[in-house]
Amino acid sequence: MIILVGTNITEAHPVASTFVKDAVLAGAKLIVIDPRRTDMVDFAEMHVPLKVGSDVALINGVMNVLIEENLYDKKYVDSCTEGFEELKKKVMEYPPERAAEISGIPADTIRELARKMASVKPAMLMYTLGITEHICGVNNVMSCANLQMLLGNVGVECGGVNPQRGQNNVQGACDMGALPNVFPGYQQVANADARAKFAKAWNVKSLPDKPGMMMPTMMKNLTTGKVKAFYVFGENLANTEPDIHHVERELQSAEFLVCQDIFPTETTRFAHVILPAAAWSENDGTFASSERRVNRVRAASVPPGDARPNWWIFKELAKRFGHEWQSSSAQEIWDNEISVLAPSMAGIKYARLENDGLQWPCPTEDHPGTPTLHKGGKFTRGLGMLKAIDYIPPAEVPDQEYPFVLSTGRRLYHYHTRTQTGRSAGINDLLGEETADISTADAEAKGISDGEKISVKSRRGEVVVKARVTKEVPPGLVWMAFHFREACANWLTNPVYDPVTQTAEYKACAVRIDKLR
Amino acid sequence: MDTKITVTIDGQEVSADPGQTILEAARSQGIYIPTLCHYSKTTNVGACRVCVVEVENARSYVASCCAPVTPGMVIRTNTPAIRAAQKMIIELLWSSGDHNCLTCEQNGACELQDLVYWLQIDKPRFPIEHHGYEMDNSNTMITRDLNKCILCGRCIRACNEIQVNEVLDFANRGSYAKVGPAFDADYIDSSCVFCGECAQVCPTGAITFKQAKFAGRPWELSKTRTTCAYCGVGCQIDLYTKDNKIVKVMGNRQYGPPNEGSLCVKGRFGMDFISHPDRISKPLIRHQKGEAFKEAAWDEAYAFIAQRLAAVKKEYGPDSIAGLSSARCTNEENYVFQKFLRGGIGTNNIDHCARL
Repeated sequence: MIILVGTNITEAHPVASTFVKDAVLAGAKLIVIDPRRTDMVDFAEMHVPLKVGSDVALINGVMNVLIEENLYDKKYVDSCTEGFEELKKKVMEYPPERAAEISGIPADTIRELARKMASVKPAMLMYTLGITEHICGVNNVMSCANLQMLLGNVGVECGGVNPQRGQNNVQGACDMGALPNVFPGYQQVANADARAKFAKAWNVKSLPDKPGMMMPTMMKNLTTGKVKAFYVFGENLANTEPDIHHVERELQSAEFLVCQDIFPTETTRFAHVILPAAAWSENDGTFASSERRVNRVRAASVPPGDARPNWWIFKELAKRFGHEWQSSSAQEIWDNEISVLAPSMAGIKYARLENDGLQWPCPTEDHPGTPTLHKGGKFTRGLGMLKAIDYIPPAEVPDQEYPFVLSTGRRLYHYHTRTQTGRSAGINDLLGEETADISTADAEAKGISDGEKISVKSRRGEVVVKARVTKEVPPGLVWMAFHFREACANWLTNPVYDPVTQTAEYKACAVRIDKLR
Repeated sequence: MDTKITVTIDGQEVSADPGQTILEAARSQGIYIPTLCHYSKTTNVGACRVCVVEVENARSYVASCCAPVTPGMVIRTNTPAIRAAQKMIIELLWSSGDHNCLTCEQNGACELQDLVYWLQIDKPRFPIEHHGYEMDNSNTMITRDLNKCILCGRCIRACNEIQVNEVLDFANRGSYAKVGPAFDADYIDSSCVFCGECAQVCPTGAITFKQAKFAGRPWELSKTRTTCAYCGVGCQIDLYTKDNKIVKVMGNRQYGPPNEGSLCVKGRFGMDFISHPDRISKPLIRHQKGEAFKEAAWDEAYAFIAQRLAAVKKEYGPDSIAGLSSARCTNEENYVFQKFLRGGIGTNNIDHCARL
């Protein structure tokens, strides 16, 4: 069985969806939990169109049934997890009737959902940003983990809690320590031994011990003056962050801004220096995919003009700060530094990556890699932690003035801010402008016809955009993407964040829609 | 499975698994049987008949892609009679459409052309049929010329069984049979999502990549295996390049996980940005916001950045500098950037768009 939660997999991860569809054709059952009627619903046994942001309540309701009806995997819970009593106490506060009230899913449907989930083993849960882009994103993820542990589905092949990564190398950027609190391989900067190890390898006297700022804090501190100089490499913040008006004020405040990119973007407008980078096909290296698989990237063309590989540029800059770094190719950086310094990748060397890559943890050169984590229910921390979690509503909920919920995401034919797909001839022909997707019922009530330009307005901004009247969207919901500058959803989205991860609540804010006068 | 079946293929004793087809058993021994409609990961349909073989005591020639081996089976793949049958089949397929290799993009990579050559056919004995189908030029990615279609059905099975997009099927019957989306629509007006799988599997020039047309003959292209630059699935792809341009992107069924040869619209058609004229090709510098950018040499750019960062660091400390790394770039580049900020500048103010 496959459970999709908050993931429009046919559009955001099309090739992964191919394999889910193949599994359904081969007899697997599919459950889709998503406010929208996404394409995968055609293949699903059950579609659960919960209200935006009510995931914790729904899952607590499901777990309530699993425990009440004794459907959960008692053996697994007893031997592989801890915290069951606390979890039980909490989910007992969420009988299906209460979960129904919050999520909009009838109590009997919640019961049916729980029974279905308990009827097949193993079940694989896949989620994407529908789970994480909320002020309770961490809670949502932990609820998914609670559910899968309760069902005894973690640590088995075709089971687990599987986030689908949005960018080609978001997994790798995390693995490489492009995070404020960890070195490569998730070694804490606060750990003195780790600092000593990296200081020795990098030939520096000491390394900072205090975790740095997360991106939203960096941005905020551009206006407070705590951050003076900002180096942005391969990102277009001016379109991707919530509340564009505000983001642009922050970028404007930077005393010194360096952008390193392949194209001019909305963000490079604020730069003092723009450095030309070699693009993906002009560079050797590796990416790590959603499944922790390290794959080779190979150069197939030559960069234009003076454009250089990013690593080359950083190495040259470091030289100006008195550091002579030895590695002078992607392979040398990986083989001589990364795999030496990150124990979970110690067994991964370029020579081993010629075919289908390797999945870390891969601690030694004769290790085959690890496709399934927590094998046999043995967790990294020992026992799997069940966490009692309460539902909290989105930061901004509809009211009289702004009666609709705006939820945002990606569409099949474009990628993020179209820095690349906007410069791809065929793809632009397939989708040339943004739309606001609204339900047939709301369109009728407002007298809006398909293709008509309408106003979508939030407390942060307003866009004029074509309405797309569709059965995909339930009444009360407006759905938009952030691909096009002109009608970018991020003029409207709410800059409020999950307190732990500082992920913004892109999936829920309040808007109004109006016919143009 | 522990019970093996012994069969004889071309006089050679072959051990096969029960349920294996004759074609699979033969190929596992390196015995070549030509095929056209057969395609891995899809149902064997026996549509083209090119894979016929002789089976002792069988009523007629057997399509080896569909027939399972049975114990003691005696099979011959290369008799004069089989070759004559294959020639006849290929001549019929050839004459069923307008296969003009002079103007065909698939020239040199066409499986029908390969079999014509392999079977040493000078010209077909039958008159060439001209269907007069109009080309589907409705979009900028995929061209369909049904005059070159041999009705093998690979595209249909790839669309329905591999990609499960359920767009293509046969329409009409007999000599009017053709392949297409519902209501005989052009691709652009159908539910097609432009994964390009149909063009990838087409054995002839009936479905081709439009942007690859006139961009390079098959033998002029260089092939590079790499990992797709879009989402986090990590699809393995082959880039075909010529003159520093990406001509086309193909999946490869020889590759394993995660995609086993499948691609989506962005991986297939979204790579031409690489050679877009907007690419930044020189360092650009300005001392004040509002000023116009000036092109600079690398040394000048490095010196400018180093001087400004050093000044900020000296006056306000290393934590007044922050860097955003890129989830679009390689592991090695992310590693070196965090090394630069931590080891070079002395701050942990490094993050990237994982929070997006």
